[in-house]
Amino acid sequence: MAFDLSASRAARAAAGRHAAPLLLAGLSLISACAQSTGATSGGPAPSTGAMSAQAPSPDPRVGLRAGLMDAGEAAWNLRVVSKTPPSEKFLGGINSDLAFTKNYVIQGSFNGYQVWDISNPRSPALRTAYYCPASQSDVSVYKNLLFVSGEDLTARIDCGAGGVPEAVSKDRLRGIRIFDITDIAHPRNVGNVQTCRGSHTHTVLVDPKDSANVYVYISGSSQVRSEQELPGCVAATPDKDPNSALFRIEVIKVPVAHPEQAAIVSSPRIFQDLVAPARHGESPVDLAAAKRRADSARAVGGFIAKIQGEDVVLGNGFVKTRIDSIVKSRGGTTATAADSTALRTALPSIIAALVGPEAKAGVPQPGPTQCHDITVYPAIGLAGGACGGYGLLLDIRDPAHPTRIGAAADSNFSYWHSATFNNDGTKILFSDEWGGGMQPKCRTTDKPEWGADAIFTLVNGKMEFQSYYKLPAPQTSSENCVAHNGSLIPIPGRDVMVQAWYQGGISLFDWTDAAHPKEIGYHDRGPVDASKLSLGGSWSVYWYNGLIVSSEIQRGLDIFELVPSAFISQNEIDAAKTVHLDYLNTQGQPHIAWPPSFALARAYADQLARNDGLAPARLTAVRQALSSAESASGAQRKSALTQLASQLDSDVGSASDKVKVRMLEGAVRDLATITQ
Amino acid sequence: MMSSLIRGRAAALLALVATTACAGTLAVGQSSAPAPAAGPASPRAATSATASRPAANPADVQFVSGMISHHAQALVMAGWAPSHGASPAVATLAERILAGQKDEIVTMQTWMRDHGLPVPEAKPGPMTMTMNGMTHQMLMPGMLTDDQMKALDAARGREFDRLFLTFMIQHHTGAVTMVQDLFGTNGAAQEQSIYKLASDVSADQTTEIERMQRMLAPYLQK
Repeated sequence: MAFDLSASRAARAAAGRHAAPLLLAGLSLISACAQSTGATSGGPAPSTGAMSAQAPSPDPRVGLRAGLMDAGEAAWNLRVVSKTPPSEKFLGGINSDLAFTKNYVIQGSFNGYQVWDISNPRSPALRTAYYCPASQSDVSVYKNLLFVSGEDLTARIDCGAGGVPEAVSKDRLRGIRIFDITDIAHPRNVGNVQTCRGSHTHTVLVDPKDSANVYVYISGSSQVRSEQELPGCVAATPDKDPNSALFRIEVIKVPVAHPEQAAIVSSPRIFQDLVAPARHGESPVDLAAAKRRADSARAVGGFIAKIQGEDVVLGNGFVKTRIDSIVKSRGGTTATAADSTALRTALPSIIAALVGPEAKAGVPQPGPTQCHDITVYPAIGLAGGACGGYGLLLDIRDPAHPTRIGAAADSNFSYWHSATFNNDGTKILFSDEWGGGMQPKCRTTDKPEWGADAIFTLVNGKMEFQSYYKLPAPQTSSENCVAHNGSLIPIPGRDVMVQAWYQGGISLFDWTDAAHPKEIGYHDRGPVDASKLSLGGSWSVYWYNGLIVSSEIQRGLDIFELVPSAFISQNEIDAAKTVHLDYLNTQGQPHIAWPPSFALARAYADQLARNDGLAPARLTAVRQALSSAESASGAQRKSALTQLASQLDSDVGSASDKVKVRMLEGAVRDLATITQ
Repeated sequence: MMSSLIRGRAAALLALVATTACAGTLAVGQSSAPAPAAGPASPRAATSATASRPAANPADVQFVSGMISHHAQALVMAGWAPSHGASPAVATLAERILAGQKDEIVTMQTWMRDHGLPVPEAKPGPMTMTMNGMTHQMLMPGMLTDDQMKALDAARGREFDRLFLTFMIQHHTGAVTMVQDLFGTNGAAQEQSIYKLASDVSADQTTEIERMQRMLAPYLQK
């Protein structure tokens, strides 16, 4: 058990935080603990105690009262800060994704987007409700620019409400709208970029080497629109027309000073020559054997087909059926040499119809033609592409020309939806949005590895599967539920994430141990409607500057905060809150760096206590040293910290978690460095 | 758009043309039930969630009705996997299709109910369509003919796997065609719930076709 933390050890951890009297620390702990227990309304009372490492049992998420705005709620290790219903024009719409800039959260909706000022998170204030229907209205920001996705058939260039009933129309917007939000209460539409398949989602990529431009990757799996509506949109496959809009993504380059000049600069074919990944393929021995079989069959006139790059000897049954049908079609009764020749001629197209065309340059293999979502992590030059039946790893160091460097497929995955890297870039988590988000995939009858997350380690650019994570609380058939959007929570030294599961609520989990992800907190409501599935729940939930912000499809904007628990200490929360972002697009993953702080050092100390990584007596001494250094100042503090760092250096040898002791030492040394 | 609305790919389809132009006299129903009248005034109500949006048009209604019977056939096919000796990989695929399409049928039936329309039962037979007083029976694109269903039901083990994958690729391809045709129809899919449902069907089944094509390759060797 990685999280076997006794209440007394937590108390010791809390007591060591400050030089303040133990009594005071104890009191603050008690008040924190009261909120860390599973709190419910409308459901059975939980039976867990404060700071327990056990989840409340029975799970209070089961049996919550239904209701649109008055549903029963259950929370564990999270506290609701505010719940804000949609503004008038957005009531009854579908809220979608979130982006953040300064003290604002921009909430997409199928009706447009709303901008909330969350300076006071207890009472978010509406700055604008910009009516401009489109799905999914995926939103991203960069400086004074806001990007909004449009994919469906009803979005109008003029943001009007009438829809676009004509199958071909110049009024339709499928692609990206660009707004100038210099005056955030009065956004100005400064440009649009139309694309062939529209934009289901998009990804803003900031090139560390190019400050004049920002790049937007467009993802969209919808149908290619008519060439009459947007010239150059070709629905035929690339082997028939090299300008095919399939099997590619679009890269839009946006000059920051001239967003009206935004245009598609490339359409990388990142799926080119994609073959099934090795774990589903044949070993070299098998391949050699297959070649021998094909060669000897060919020598005696056998029928060979090239299937996924491999020569395959077609079976007698397969050949006989085809020959018989050729014979029958010419009205004959016995097969002749001409019939065999006819079959040989027709074979490539017969095989292509069954399993896709023969592998050769420019000819697509069965595989994804688009991505659902791409998460870029510029700090490590990689992106995770969730693309149909594949999870792809892309090299994005040349932003306009991403290239595929890895691929994974998984027979338990229905539809690869999105990706999240851990902060170190040593792991990647993909989600499977089985059923598209409208279906109830978290019932007791739904398998735990279906509609879940898959966690991979990244070693030398290779993805290695480790485990699945799925919301552990069963939901009803009236609740759409499947893995959806989430983000890291910047707890130093750990991989902790909060994720939306639609009406399954939000789940907080730790995937530091990639093979054993574990839920450590949650919030859930009862169904919108008990009698039938009414689309609802959390579309996205992201950490932003100390808050956990969730976009609820029907109920509006929810804000939460972490409360300390056996799994996350107050010091870890404090350290997470030292990370400040000016803006956040979750699909453009920022690298998190923790500024030196006492909270950071104490967070590592708490983690060492939790996993017995350093002897308890040493940890007590470390905490005392940190407290006295904090109460000192100037040269005295610097000297105390430098001395502590040296002691920690000598602790490494005997510590069972040497890596974490080194991290603690580094945090202390950094503190010493910044002390004047 | 006329000929593409109900374009089929399977051989034995009764090709039949319907457009929004004939919506006034178009009725859609299951062969086993009396064809309900869905006149120009129907669907009667927009969903509450999309009150400001254009209401569903007859092409949407026909898509949903047709997809219910289309999905119903997939359930029958997938339901045979355990009793017909499917391999573990095909059985797993069938189980997923069963779970996925069963849920989507409920979604589509709920949509019909919410629009005040008669709720079609999930039966895999041909649709009865009445146009200008004439009644036609038709299979939706990609649906298996009776002969194909019989062949699949008679197959066991490896042969079941091969036929199941072949036919389900055909079946799914038809569903993707139905979505393409819907999106190419004037006035169709203006309602978000239909756009999302159709997009999800297309995305899921396109991905599943790719998977089945990979799975089918080894079966062509015997």
